Amino acid sequence: MENENVKISTKNVNLYYGENHALKDINLDIKTNRITAFIGPSGCGKSTYLKSLNRMNDLVPGCRITGSFLLDGEDIYADGVDTNVLRRRIGMVFQKPNPFPMSIYDNVAYGPRVHGIKSKAKLDRIVEESLIGAAVFDEVKDRLHKSALSLSGGQQQRVCIARAIAVQPEVILMDEPTSALDPVSTLKIEELMNTIKDKYTVAIVTHNMQQAARISDYTAFFLVGEMVEYGKTDDIFSRPKDKRTEDYITGRFG
Amino acid sequence: MRNTFEHKLGKLNNDLIRMGGMIEEAIASAITALRDNNNELAQSVVDNDIRVDDAEKSIESQCLSIILREQPVARDLRKVSAALKMVTDMERIADNAADIAEISLIADVSAIMHIVKEIQVMSEKVIHMVSGAVDAFVRTDITLAKTIIEDDDEVDELFISIRNKIVDLIKSESCSGEVAVDALMIVKYLERIADHAVNVCEWVEFFETGEYKNTQII
Repeated sequence: MENENVKISTKNVNLYYGENHALKDINLDIKTNRITAFIGPSGCGKSTYLKSLNRMNDLVPGCRITGSFLLDGEDIYADGVDTNVLRRRIGMVFQKPNPFPMSIYDNVAYGPRVHGIKSKAKLDRIVEESLIGAAVFDEVKDRLHKSALSLSGGQQQRVCIARAIAVQPEVILMDEPTSALDPVSTLKIEELMNTIKDKYTVAIVTHNMQQAARISDYTAFFLVGEMVEYGKTDDIFSRPKDKRTEDYITGRFG
Repeated sequence: MRNTFEHKLGKLNNDLIRMGGMIEEAIASAITALRDNNNELAQSVVDNDIRVDDAEKSIESQCLSIILREQPVARDLRKVSAALKMVTDMERIADNAADIAEISLIADVSAIMHIVKEIQVMSEKVIHMVSGAVDAFVRTDITLAKTIIEDDDEVDELFISIRNKIVDLIKSESCSGEVAVDALMIVKYLERIADHAVNVCEWVEFFETGEYKNTQII
């Protein structure tokens, strides 16, 4: 663990939704070019933690965050940090595919355009590369100007991933990205995660423990706002140190 | 919460314990039959071997079904994989006990056992190791497992010393070559049984610690 670079370092993180203490003193380093999975029962804080990494919780009324979040050593909550720039560096893919109601091409070109790219040739190249990177290009190349909403759920989700990588983020956060997809689409996205991790750092929240075991390099187990255990996925799933982790992953929880 | 799964693991454990009892009985009876030249007892060891083979098949099939249907992880995964590995050694122990019983059916080696007292010492040691390995598994007692693993050195030394004595007996023509060879095969089987008991203990350690022969294999 020690020899790998840290992409995001979080220390003494506490997060409150009003009176509700949702994250309790989380200390966790996310490694560069690795897939880190967050597991735990509903309400354990794993999605809250994930969203705090690109400041999605800023928009939640009554949310208060303390502790430090360092992206490549820089505080992402410092005064003057532009959240648009931050979210370009740390992209996000959600549980339900959420393509914009526009063409496949415009979905993927949306981010680059917002960030000022106007050249059609350049945009064409970004769109193609991003769709290839998201393993969906071959399926949509003949209908790039059709509505993204006409695609299947699995294709929509991969277009959303293409949209996320079109702005060349450094980190991609995925909040249960396959929970609304069928097994074939799920496996395509899992394969995709494996191929993109050379370029990006991936953090994924999943309720599917087998998925965490299949795809991730590191796994963190959360329970009622605490991070109970964090370690290499092989270790967590073969000989967890904490009994609560053991009980959860073997289905003896509760 | 996972009652069906717990039930399957419980049955697997009980079946392993039952098979452990069978192999303990097989080796103890084989040695008694040998010492007392009791053909009836020897025949029962040979006949019972098929029950051990059936137990092995049933345990293997349960393990594969659990992997297929339950996708066990952590301690459950270690339990199922250790079971899958150790049944092979347990079945071999019963096979070797049957091999010893078969020899005692066709040859009377009680005389040579009388001359080379260490054969009796070695067989008691081996029975103790097999029982210990089964107990270590039943109680998940890794201290006991370690002790049994260490006992194997003594068995190996006894094997070499008995072998040399048998060679001397042949040289001095104090016993027939046939009996000497049979006796040598018996002690070789005993030595192999001790090795299999060690293997069982190593899988007990793996189940408890995740380490196999002091290495993390998962």
